[in-house]
Amino acid sequence: MQSKTNILNLPTEEFVHPGTRACSGCGLAIAYRVGVKALGKDTILIVPPSCLTVLQGLYPVASTKLPCLNVTFASTAAAATGILASLKARGKEHITVAAWAGDGGTADIGLQALSGAAERGDNVIFFCYDNEGYMNTGAQRSGTTPIGALTANTPFKGKLQQKKDVPAIMAAHKLSYVAACSAAYPLDLFDKIKNCLHLPGTKYFHIHIPCPPGWGYDPRYGIKIGRLAVESGYHDLYEIVEGEFKLTAASEKLVEKRKLVPVREYFRAQSRFRILSDEQIAEIQRQIDAKWEGYYRKEE
Amino acid sequence: MHVIEDGNTAAAFGVRLCRPQVIAAYPITPQTPVTERLSEYVEEGSLKAEYIPVESEHSALAVCIAASSAGSRVFTATSANGLLYMHEQVQWAAGARLPIVMCVVNRAVGAPWNIWNDQQDSISQRDTGWIQLYCADHQQIIDAVIKAYWLAEKVSIPVMVCYDGYILSHTFMPFELPEQKKVDEFLPPFQAEYALDPNFPANLNTVTLPDVRYDTRGELAHGYMEIRCLLQEDLRKALGAASEGEKMFAQIFHRGGDPYIEPYRCDDAEYVAVGLGSLTYQLRVCVDTLRKEGVKIGVMGVKFYRPFPDEVIAAALKGKKGVIVFEKALSYGYEGALASDLKAALYSHLSGTGKMPPVFNFIAGIGGREIHTKDLTGALQSVVKGGAAGEPAWIGLKL
Repeated sequence: MQSKTNILNLPTEEFVHPGTRACSGCGLAIAYRVGVKALGKDTILIVPPSCLTVLQGLYPVASTKLPCLNVTFASTAAAATGILASLKARGKEHITVAAWAGDGGTADIGLQALSGAAERGDNVIFFCYDNEGYMNTGAQRSGTTPIGALTANTPFKGKLQQKKDVPAIMAAHKLSYVAACSAAYPLDLFDKIKNCLHLPGTKYFHIHIPCPPGWGYDPRYGIKIGRLAVESGYHDLYEIVEGEFKLTAASEKLVEKRKLVPVREYFRAQSRFRILSDEQIAEIQRQIDAKWEGYYRKEE
Repeated sequence: MHVIEDGNTAAAFGVRLCRPQVIAAYPITPQTPVTERLSEYVEEGSLKAEYIPVESEHSALAVCIAASSAGSRVFTATSANGLLYMHEQVQWAAGARLPIVMCVVNRAVGAPWNIWNDQQDSISQRDTGWIQLYCADHQQIIDAVIKAYWLAEKVSIPVMVCYDGYILSHTFMPFELPEQKKVDEFLPPFQAEYALDPNFPANLNTVTLPDVRYDTRGELAHGYMEIRCLLQEDLRKALGAASEGEKMFAQIFHRGGDPYIEPYRCDDAEYVAVGLGSLTYQLRVCVDTLRKEGVKIGVMGVKFYRPFPDEVIAAALKGKKGVIVFEKALSYGYEGALASDLKAALYSHLSGTGKMPPVFNFIAGIGGREIHTKDLTGALQSVVKGGAAGEPAWIGLKL
C-alpha cells in the first residue's frame, strides 16, 4: 500500500444516490458506494442479475451516476470485454471498465466467462461481491456458501461442502492483481482499487459482504460481523500483486498481534450457522489456526 | 470484380467491406472459416477491428451486445448448437434493440450429434425478434451481409444472415465482389442513438415493471409491454425499410430488386414450390423438367423470413392450384414452420376470395440427408397428380 485513505480524505463526490433499494444494513451498499468512488467518473459498469440490479433501481430510475450495462447472468466478464473492445476501437481507452457480480454470477454461472476474460488478459476490473449465497432469490446455496451454513435449499443439514476459493482460481490465471476485501473495511477496498488501476490485464476483487436477511442477524450488526470474520482469521484481507501475496489492513495487523478472536464468536452471531456443533466449530478453528501458523512463519 | 470463392469467404468479404469495429466468435463447423478469414484480415491489417476469440458462443454474443451498446459496429457468426447456446443472448440482443449482424451457417442440431446441413438451428430462433434473411447463392450471401448492416442500423434490430452449411459455405462459386467505395456510399459509419458514455450516464436494460412509470422529471416511461410492443411494430415496419434499402442497393450495385421473395417461372404457374435457401435453386431444375412435360409450375425462394412478408407472399400465391413447401426444419409436433406461416398468410389475405391455394408440406435433407433432384420432382408430381394435403411428408426417408 502506497498511501492509506482515511475517512477524512476519502473523496466526497458520490456516484450512488442516497435511498437505494438495498435492504437496510446491506454490506453491498457500503462496498459499492466506496468502490465506485475509487473507480471515479470515467467508468462504465457491467452488472448481471443480482442484488446490485435491485440496488440500482427500477426503470426509469437509476441510483448510480455512472453508465451501466445490465447483462445476462452468465455473460458479465464477456460483456466487460465487449465494452473494452468497443472503447479501444473508438479511441476511448482512458475509460475504466468495471464489472460487479454477486458470488453466484462469479463463482458459479459466471465462472466460464470470467476465466475466458482473465485468460485473454482483458483490461477490466471484476468485482465479486460475495454475500455467500443467492440472496437476491431468497438465500439459496452458492459455490461460495461456507460449510455448515443453512440456506433456503440446504434447509436442515446446512451446506456440506467447502466454500469455493475463487481468488485462488483467479490467481491461478496469473493475473496482475487479485484482492480479497470486506465491506467492513471499505477504505482498504478503496486503496486497493486505486493501487491496481494502472496494472495491466484483468484485475479481480473478492469482497466479503455481510447480508442481514441471508445470514440472519440484526441489520445494525453488519460491520461488526464483517469485522469478526476478519479478526477471527476466517476471512482474510490480502492482495496478490504480480503473484506476490500480502496480507493487508486489519489482517496484516493480526500477524503482529498474533491473537485471533475465536471463530465461534463469528458463527454464533448469525442464525445461518445455528446447527454448527461445538465439534465442527473446533475443527474449523483448527483449520484457521493452521492457516495462520503459515502466515506467522512466512513473517519470520 | 468477379471472384471465385466459397460461401464462407463471401460472407467474410461482405463483413470486411462493412468495416465492423468489434468481432467476436467461437469455432463451430461449418461456420469456422468465416471467422478464420476475419482473424486473418485483422492480423494482416486489411480490417481495422478488435477480434475477440471468446471461450463460448454465449460470450461471443455477449461481447457483441456490450460492444454494440458502447457504440461499435459488431459481427459474429455461428452454427447449430452454437446458436442454441446463444439463445438467451439472441433474445437479449433483440430486446436491447442492438443492430448486430450475425451469420448463421445452417447445420443440424443435436441430439444425436450431426454436423451436416439442415435449417433447424435458425428456424428454432424464429421468434426471438431478429430479422432473418436466407441466401441461395454466394452473391446473395455477400449482398445480404451488406444489406443486413444497413437494415439493422436503420431499424435498430439485429439481423441473422442464414445460409446452408457445406452446400453454400464450402462450395466455390463465382460472384461479384463489391467495391469498398460503393459499400461506403451505401453504408455510412455506425452512429448509435445512445452509446454508453460517462458524460451521459444511463442504466441500460434495467428491471422494467409490468406497467408504465414516471421518471424523476415526471415524464412517463414505458413499461415492459410497451417496449416489447415497439419491437413488434418496428419489426413490421422493417419490411418497408428493407424495400427502401433494396432500392438504394440496386441503384448503387445494379443488382437485386425484391428483398422478400425470389420467384422463378412463377408468372403463369399453377403450382408453386416454396422454400428457404439453396434448396430453392435445386427446385429450379425440377421446375424446368416439369415445364418440359407441360406442367405449369414455378418456384419461389423466401429470402426474408422474419419479419414475415405475408402480404407479398399471399399476393404471389393467390389463385394457384397448389403451393408445395419444402423445408429442412420442423416445428416438432406439427409441421414445417414455413408451411404454417404461409398458411396463416394465405388465410389472412385470401380467405373468402376463393383463391386460397391448398398447401403441401415436404420435409427434406434433415441432418444432411442427400436430397436427390428426382425425389423433389417426384414430390411435385405427386401434388400435381392430385395428392391430398395432410401431414408433412418426408423425402428420402428410409424407415
